[in-house]
Amino acid sequence: MSVLVNKNTKVLCQGITGSQGTFHSEQAIEYGTKMVGGVTPGKGGTKHLNLPVFNTMKDAVAETGANASVIYVPAAFCKDSITEAAESGVELIVCITEGIPTLDMLEASIAVEQNGVRLIGPNCPGIITPGECKIGIMPGPMHNAGKVGIVSRSGTLTYECVKQTSDLGYGQSTCIGIGGDPIPGTSFKDALALFQEDPQTEAILMVGEIGGTAEEEAAEFIKSNVTKPVSAYIAGVTAPPGKRMGHAGAIIAGGKGTADDKFKALEAAGVTTTRSPAELGLAVKSATGW
Amino acid sequence: MNLHEYQAKGLFKEYGMPVPNHIVATTAAEAKQAADKLTTDKVVVKAQVHAGGRGKAGGVKLVDSSAEAEEYAKSILGTHLVTIQTDAKGQPVNTVLVEETCNIANELYLGAVIDRASQRVVVMASTEGGVEIETVAEETPEKILKAEINPLLGLMPWQCREIAFGLGLSGGQIKQFSKLLSGLVKLFVEKDLALVEINPLVITAEGDLICLDGKINVDSNAMYRHPELEALHDKSQEDERELRASEWDLNYVALEGNIGCMVNGAGLAMATMDIIKLKGGQPANFLDVGGGATKERVAEALKIILSDPDVKGILVNIFGGIVRCDLIAEGVIAAVNEVGIEDPVVVRLEGTNAAEGRALLDNSGLNLNSASDLGDAAEKIVAIVGGAA
Repeated sequence: MSVLVNKNTKVLCQGITGSQGTFHSEQAIEYGTKMVGGVTPGKGGTKHLNLPVFNTMKDAVAETGANASVIYVPAAFCKDSITEAAESGVELIVCITEGIPTLDMLEASIAVEQNGVRLIGPNCPGIITPGECKIGIMPGPMHNAGKVGIVSRSGTLTYECVKQTSDLGYGQSTCIGIGGDPIPGTSFKDALALFQEDPQTEAILMVGEIGGTAEEEAAEFIKSNVTKPVSAYIAGVTAPPGKRMGHAGAIIAGGKGTADDKFKALEAAGVTTTRSPAELGLAVKSATGW
Repeated sequence: MNLHEYQAKGLFKEYGMPVPNHIVATTAAEAKQAADKLTTDKVVVKAQVHAGGRGKAGGVKLVDSSAEAEEYAKSILGTHLVTIQTDAKGQPVNTVLVEETCNIANELYLGAVIDRASQRVVVMASTEGGVEIETVAEETPEKILKAEINPLLGLMPWQCREIAFGLGLSGGQIKQFSKLLSGLVKLFVEKDLALVEINPLVITAEGDLICLDGKINVDSNAMYRHPELEALHDKSQEDERELRASEWDLNYVALEGNIGCMVNGAGLAMATMDIIKLKGGQPANFLDVGGGATKERVAEALKIILSDPDVKGILVNIFGGIVRCDLIAEGVIAAVNEVGIEDPVVVRLEGTNAAEGRALLDNSGLNLNSASDLGDAAEKIVAIVGGAA
């Protein structure tokens, strides 16, 4: 078991003929992901990476039976691509693109909700179930199938989690990069609920960062809904207020969204926290007693 | 991206929101002419900087004559204004706003933001004008009136009425307020704003509403579709190094420590700062070279870090995913050769092509210390540079 994606997940790529779409589709195929086709309007009927290319998502889903889509189109076109995917019949949309205007996401999320689709991202590394399915830009080889569910707002910190849990021999059930934008399709809460229900996941490692209150909401959720051991790290203890730290969502505004507040909320919910990003794996060890 | 008060008021006017008559001046002579043209007995001269707290810092002055307006403008133009929201250097004053006064009977607050929890544009209003909204939220949250905007419906008339009545407005003010709020929400959506604040929104002695101050922050991700707002970008208000970094598509934020950081990924960049602090050092900056790092950008990033005179050592922390560690290593070597870094450098490479990258650094003949992991890297650089400056 795992969450959201496994060896049977059939994946389409929106923007497959672009440079990002091409590069990461090749990597996904090499990893063993069941890539079944791509969409580039106007290039329908052609082949790319030996996969069929379609003009529309509806055609692509009808022909391939795909149940997931990954989006690599430029930010300006993502509202269009996300809503097209949401209406196409896939169950999962993973949007990697960074830099989408926030108001576009507010509108696109309506179509996502109305169709009961799960969106991961945007501005995220994607999702991977080691050994089965890699959707996104993470380097595949360092992942190992195992028992820790990882959820993070940061791409490179997800890699850090993966390396450290791999080094300790725990491996990962599924890693979900929820992304650094203020309006993510999947929240910590959503990911925690999925990991709680997944028999393969024995412990959860979450990595938050400054800005917003998603970690505080996660803490509330953990109190009453999560029985598995949860460990957490929050990046940005040293971030100055009022400055956007790379990610659009990583900003302390009006005194809200500090790392200290988030650490406190998580600790109050019984989460094992660490102040050191070099001890993410050790935090899992101490939370689980492994 | 932040706008100046005068730019915000320009947009307010464009969207049918009442603002006092005002003229923008960049010289003392222009300020005098402006004061002469305006019709109220007294006028107010306001320094235009990207920071709040101007009044208490001496950046706002009520004057009785155009000569006095000229004198004040002369004293403040070309200086740096230090407020509670700026650093010790302050923000340069290149422009002043000369504005008509009004008879203030009451001060309200009106603003709009994107609320992450509800995923909606949310309008906030309060009878506690002139006070920081965060303070009101903290101390008297019941005094904040809110309306969530449904993206399919837009702002509805009943929402305007609900807030207007909640603010204690009556008669013709209800209509005035509804028009003003409709303009505000239209402005927010059409211009892709991240935040807009009118604080205070004044009720005059004559019973009319007027936007006495204006603060606007634009969603940086949407700038590509607003060339008209890009034209309002005042680069003089930004940190020189942050500006230079943005031209190279690098995310840089200046801090006050002495250990420069170059990292890929925003989260890892913050985590690197945190672990330096945890190990007893002080980070000099946040710097994310991003996913598409090239040799040239890495070299430029190092140069930007080195242009900070406080930097006494550098920690390079790369976890290669899309970024290839050998490319980063080439960039580091090129930069060191080009600018001649004398400060100690600790490099930690992990992930895609890390071994190739480390080999390049080891064979470069340069004085670069490599580290095995994040903890080791932070300990090494702190040990070399020394603890808290």
